[in-house]
Amino acid sequence: MNYSMIFYIISWILNVEAALMVPSCIVALLYKETEGFAFLASIVLCLLFGLPRSRKAPPNKVFYTREGFVTVALSWVCMSIMGALPFVFSGAIPNLVDALFETVSGFTTTGASILPAVEGLPRCVLFWRSFTHWIGGMGVLVFLLCLLPLTGGGYHMNLMKAESPGPSVSKLVPKVRSTAKILYGIYIVLSVAELILLLAGRMPVFDAVCTTFGTAGTGGFGIKNDSIGGYSVYLQAVTTIFMILFGVNFNVFFFLSIRKPKAAFECEEARWYLGIIAASTLTITFFIRDLYPSLLLAFHHAAFQVGSIITTTGFATADFNLWPQVPRTILVLLMFIGACAGSTGGGIKVSRILLMIRSVSRELHQFIHPHSVNKVTLEGRTVEQATLHSVHVFFITYALIFSVSVLIIGFDGFDLTTNFTAVAATLNNIGPGLELVGPTQNFALFSPLSKLVLIFNMLAGRLEIFPLLLLFVKGTWKKF
Amino acid sequence: MKIIIVGCGKVGTSLAERLSGEDHDLVMVDLNAKKVNDVSNRFDAMGIIGNGASFNIQQEAGVDDADLFIAVTGEDELNLLCCLMAKKSGRCQTIARVRNPLYSKEIRFIQEQLGISMIINPELTAAREILKLLKFPSAIKIDTFAKGRVELLRFRAKPEIGFGKKSVMELIAKLKIDVLICAVERDGTVVIPNGSFIIEDNDILSIVGSLENTAQFFEKIGIRSKRVRNSLIVGGGTIAHYLAQSLLKIGFRVRIIEQKPERCEYLSEVVPGADIINGDGSNRELLLEEGLASADSFVALTNMDEENIFLTLYAKKNSNAKLITKVNRISFDDVIESFDIGSVIYPKYLTADYILQYVRARQNSIGSSVETLYKLLDGRAEALEFSIREPSAVTGVPLMDLNLKDNLLICCINRKGTILTPRGQNKIQVGDTVIIVTTNEGLRDIRDILKE
Repeated sequence: MNYSMIFYIISWILNVEAALMVPSCIVALLYKETEGFAFLASIVLCLLFGLPRSRKAPPNKVFYTREGFVTVALSWVCMSIMGALPFVFSGAIPNLVDALFETVSGFTTTGASILPAVEGLPRCVLFWRSFTHWIGGMGVLVFLLCLLPLTGGGYHMNLMKAESPGPSVSKLVPKVRSTAKILYGIYIVLSVAELILLLAGRMPVFDAVCTTFGTAGTGGFGIKNDSIGGYSVYLQAVTTIFMILFGVNFNVFFFLSIRKPKAAFECEEARWYLGIIAASTLTITFFIRDLYPSLLLAFHHAAFQVGSIITTTGFATADFNLWPQVPRTILVLLMFIGACAGSTGGGIKVSRILLMIRSVSRELHQFIHPHSVNKVTLEGRTVEQATLHSVHVFFITYALIFSVSVLIIGFDGFDLTTNFTAVAATLNNIGPGLELVGPTQNFALFSPLSKLVLIFNMLAGRLEIFPLLLLFVKGTWKKF
Repeated sequence: MKIIIVGCGKVGTSLAERLSGEDHDLVMVDLNAKKVNDVSNRFDAMGIIGNGASFNIQQEAGVDDADLFIAVTGEDELNLLCCLMAKKSGRCQTIARVRNPLYSKEIRFIQEQLGISMIINPELTAAREILKLLKFPSAIKIDTFAKGRVELLRFRAKPEIGFGKKSVMELIAKLKIDVLICAVERDGTVVIPNGSFIIEDNDILSIVGSLENTAQFFEKIGIRSKRVRNSLIVGGGTIAHYLAQSLLKIGFRVRIIEQKPERCEYLSEVVPGADIINGDGSNRELLLEEGLASADSFVALTNMDEENIFLTLYAKKNSNAKLITKVNRISFDDVIESFDIGSVIYPKYLTADYILQYVRARQNSIGSSVETLYKLLDGRAEALEFSIREPSAVTGVPLMDLNLKDNLLICCINRKGTILTPRGQNKIQVGDTVIIVTTNEGLRDIRDILKE
């Protein structure tokens, strides 16, 4: 393990985080809130830890997959701890575990909150909550890759691999750094587009900015107690569309930007993703048609909730906890499917689900024709056995973590639906679940131990499990 | 530059490693998924799995906006086809590796008619390199600059030549020859020496000078003044074929030991002047019988790296010959270096080297004024040739007044074909080409040699 390099990168992450807290200070200044000092103090602390080690790059820059995974996992942990400080210092969330829960929920773009009411919070704190979504959506190390020529050669890839969602990372252009820049470019352009459309719908500037952050990162922290429910139908529709857009594989946007629409429309994953959204929306509309004055409104709410859940955003315009059983079930299932690989969304990812279903059908085919040879394909290409294998192992690990988590938080004594959906909502980075953790409820009721488990789940979900698990394997830390 | 490389074998990998170090955008194409993934992950390149000659694959690799297309798969015909396709579907320059001796006679025709910018033949390149070394037996490695007028030679200062404990200034004063000691390697570190630097026995020195002066230099210091006149070659592959042909042309006696009878028969047809011996080159008796003890040079060219190394070690013990070893695998070059077995030839590396020089030259027509760039001593130092096109802070000033960076030496000034070994009072003028040796990387312009 090249510890000096790991520390070097983490130090830079802390420096970047300090810089990212500056906008919150500005918000505090604008609204004349004294809580701005909490951010100033946090910035000083970040720099105190970050600056000494980041000034000089270590001489040994060797960086393997192992270092990449550990760096990413540790960076997210450190970032979350430092990011929780403003909540504690400002007194918005005095309890450290709660503050950590809220920050992790922000960075991992979960959107699960332990706050019963958010409207009373200072603006700068609200801004920071939403801003963490935007930072976490694309990933901080990817951001760092854009800024710094950190290491040479192929070492970048080891960082990108660990932070990007999806079964395999594809580069858009030869260099990882340029790829990272393009991804952030797309991210920023889409965010600005949403902001403009929201402002056009006469949303207050502060609300528009925070909602954009929440949508872009597919996070889901609202700045109102009723999430997005209080806004006009137009604003909700804009949010729906952008949630769904941010859940699309960013390769599609890249192809569109270089004027290769054919390649964009051929993206198999995106087509399945949109298909699933359409089918679920229509089914749910049918079942909730009587709950709303018009069919169109029912459709609107169904689309919003489906978009919000499948992209793992977690905004809500309606309390779907009160909907009939079929829509509720569909929504819970959508939680697991998640968005596309290479997007800002969480969950298992559509491409993984496709690969697993195709593996199963290949296996069945093998029973009928034991000697047949057939390969699993995705996007018109044969998928390598190694990729399939990693998808299967991912799912098994996912299921294991899921079960153990449900078991542990079961000791708090809440009903099964609550526990089940609480874990689903955190491991898939969604936010709201059902029953006691439904869209109008929050996660404050859990014991500190359960909260720590859920924090772990959120990080595991965002980093796709393995980087985080690697921290607990003895061999990772051994020299040989 | 955006460069597409088809073929992720040893040459492709070696190219990727060095081109990515120079900040080019690389796209690697190969049929073997594992190889592609491996290379593209290691060197920050984009990997594409497929046949590089296919139009669709080339489109996917972005041949439209590529600057250079390099085909280095194992097959000549595929390489040529790749380049042809690339030429038609994009506007890039193309480089193909073509190794079949049959085609090598027709290289010029192929190159012109198919519009390929450069055709590289690894075996021929290796044979040429060996030839250079045999002509100049004291050197471990030779590089040439200024269209061949200036040479950079690397040799070991053995105790018998008595360089030990002398300073660079003393040596040059004693020898009175216009050459410059531009780099000294000791225990794996490279030093760019100044006048007061003390040389130790067994340091490896690199000297720069004009052809005549370097020849004189070696004569004066009295190592191996005897010219090499004959050569014992073990292994009768393609390199041996090319090498024997060119050695015979300059009047060498050549003896090739080859194991396969059919190959022997073929060789006796194509290089009739050479003695072709059918036998096992690793047989000690046979080697001695065929005059190893009295050979001037011994070249190990079998297909097995290990065998080649053993053979040269044996030859080192039993003869005074100039030793040349061919090694295919590049990974353990530092270990092989430590054996002290004379010159080691890495054909794959040489191929990459030649292509790199071409890339750099292309690059220069775009941006910097670097004419040629050699990575010396495993890339720990660079020799750069700058052409001075316009007046700047470095021109017209006596060299001793220039505030040069540390570990940097102006080795040579080529003024309209005359080679000057720079002294303190010399000035750089517009129209010169200047050769700089340095351990600082990333010089792009002649002005970069000055301290900030």
